[in-house]
Amino acid sequence: MLFTEVFNRYQWDKEHASIYAKTAEEVIRALSRHSRTWEDFKALISPAAFPFLEQMAQLSQRETQKRFGKTIQLYAPLYLSNECQNICTYCGFSLDNKIPRKTLTALEILQEIAVLKEMGYEHVLLVTGEAQQLVGMDYFKQMLPLIKKHFAHIALEVQPLDEEDYVTLHRLGVNTVLVYQETYHQEDYKLHHPKGKKSNFNYRLETPDRLGRAGIHKIGLGALLGLDDWRTDSAFTALHLQYLEKQYWQSRFSISFPRLRPHAGGLEPKTVINDAELVQLICAWRLFNGEVELSMSTRESETFRDHIIKLGITSISAGSKTNPGGYAVAPQSLEQFEIDDSRSPAEIATVIQKAGYEPVWKDWDPSLQTI
Amino acid sequence: MNQSLKIADKIFSSRLFTGTGKFSSTKVMEETILASGSELVTVALKRVAHQHIENDQLLAHLNHAHIHLLPNTSGVRTAKEAIYAAELAREALETNWLKLEIHPDPKYLMPDPIETLAAAAALVKLGFTVLPYCHADPVLCKRLEEAGVAAVMPLGAPIGSNQGLTTLTMLEIIIQQSTIPVIIDAGIGKPSQAAQAMEMGADAVLINTALATAHDPKAMAIAFKQAVEAGRLAYELGGLAPVNNHHAVASSPLTSFLNTI
Repeated sequence: MLFTEVFNRYQWDKEHASIYAKTAEEVIRALSRHSRTWEDFKALISPAAFPFLEQMAQLSQRETQKRFGKTIQLYAPLYLSNECQNICTYCGFSLDNKIPRKTLTALEILQEIAVLKEMGYEHVLLVTGEAQQLVGMDYFKQMLPLIKKHFAHIALEVQPLDEEDYVTLHRLGVNTVLVYQETYHQEDYKLHHPKGKKSNFNYRLETPDRLGRAGIHKIGLGALLGLDDWRTDSAFTALHLQYLEKQYWQSRFSISFPRLRPHAGGLEPKTVINDAELVQLICAWRLFNGEVELSMSTRESETFRDHIIKLGITSISAGSKTNPGGYAVAPQSLEQFEIDDSRSPAEIATVIQKAGYEPVWKDWDPSLQTI
Repeated sequence: MNQSLKIADKIFSSRLFTGTGKFSSTKVMEETILASGSELVTVALKRVAHQHIENDQLLAHLNHAHIHLLPNTSGVRTAKEAIYAAELAREALETNWLKLEIHPDPKYLMPDPIETLAAAAALVKLGFTVLPYCHADPVLCKRLEEAGVAAVMPLGAPIGSNQGLTTLTMLEIIIQQSTIPVIIDAGIGKPSQAAQAMEMGADAVLINTALATAHDPKAMAIAFKQAVEAGRLAYELGGLAPVNNHHAVASSPLTSFLNTI
């Protein structure tokens, strides 16, 4: 059984309509339950739930503290390459963007690592574009042993791979893999990914299945909010999570909330998710699933991030650079997306402490992952 | 009308499964099972004259088109014994279906998780449709599922105890995690407890002692039938009325910062 089989039983338009038809009564019912269904999640992200935002926030805070205590985990992205064979209408690294391309050498990676270690990082997220020849399995096999020595926890956000590759990556020390579906709207997915391996919707949709089968400890999901209707995309992400949790019961899961925002020259979002709606979405996730990790990047503003750490988020990045070499090697090169909160990790740690939470730098150990 | 339940290749319209032990007579047993509407009835191999099956009185009373037999291995203490008993049962009762029960302890009849998992894996390979009786242990249930069993049968309380769902918290996790049917077996003593199991999403319940030892087993079978249907209906409709939670709203609201952005 693969998620595509479940997914094909649902229709985008029908789910979209049902979310927008949710009533206040259904929201109240969802709020009153002690464990919540997928339909409850749909109610909680619907426009009908918006007046209940404060109550959702209170409940979300309580649920999050129950499972995670008053802690926030810190991680940093490390971009290894901006080479990419895909055309993605929303991405700075898209093949059709004429930008200088760079893939870090072993020496350059070590220079970048030195900066991250100086900042205090133990959890690193390795990011690349999709360019099989330049940054495929050979590159990972060569670089991972080098990187592994310096970090307690390695996450990967790279092109979808085959199951056997994930088994290999796990052996090489990768604990977590993030693969965002971008959108669950099959037709629009094709419009936004016209060229490259990424244009294969089903291969991407089944990637978390391959990760689960390969025994990857943690699997990250998400939709690029705004690419299509963010509510419907989030509902499908929740459906995906619900399926994966049952199917791969030994894996952990995390959700991210990248949002597409209007900016000059960039792709116009189909629907805009504003700050309050993003709070609503994060709280709805927490009320739907008490155990899932919720992650927040530096795309968001300082004020937003300062407050959101109390509302359901469990991990946060800080001081991020989204260009290969951004920390030390080539700080001026083009970023994948614009950073809004540019405060240092130390500053963010202080913000977390002031909120009454403990910043957690290390929450894994490679010795726990020897086979 | 409840949704039908599919286990392996069979479809059941009744979610009340029953047993054949402890009845005062085979006649009472038959009347009770018929009144319950049950379509899956477990029979202990040890009770069946499997060498002369055509003369078996117990089986004669279960000879109804809508009733499927579920032979069980009650009495065995190891995986090896269970596999042998399963082969005998398959031959005698002409069914691949098997309720796997291994309880080495004769006092509480607690299922042995280690032997059960080993036997389940072996029996699945031998082509059996295995329904293991087991502890309300979420990890064990997932391991059994991975071994290829057709459903899991976690206990609600010690068998025959009529104590109800004393393992409630664990059963909730099992139901939530399972990709195969979950049948609550053992411990259910009252119709209200059967309804509770169904309301929380159990796929079926297996009731034996509470029927066989009731003052009027046939009447009690009807009560359980209705309770199971009511509980299931409540689950399927998914719309239990909200419990009135009085969530205090903090004096400093968490979302007021949104007005400042």
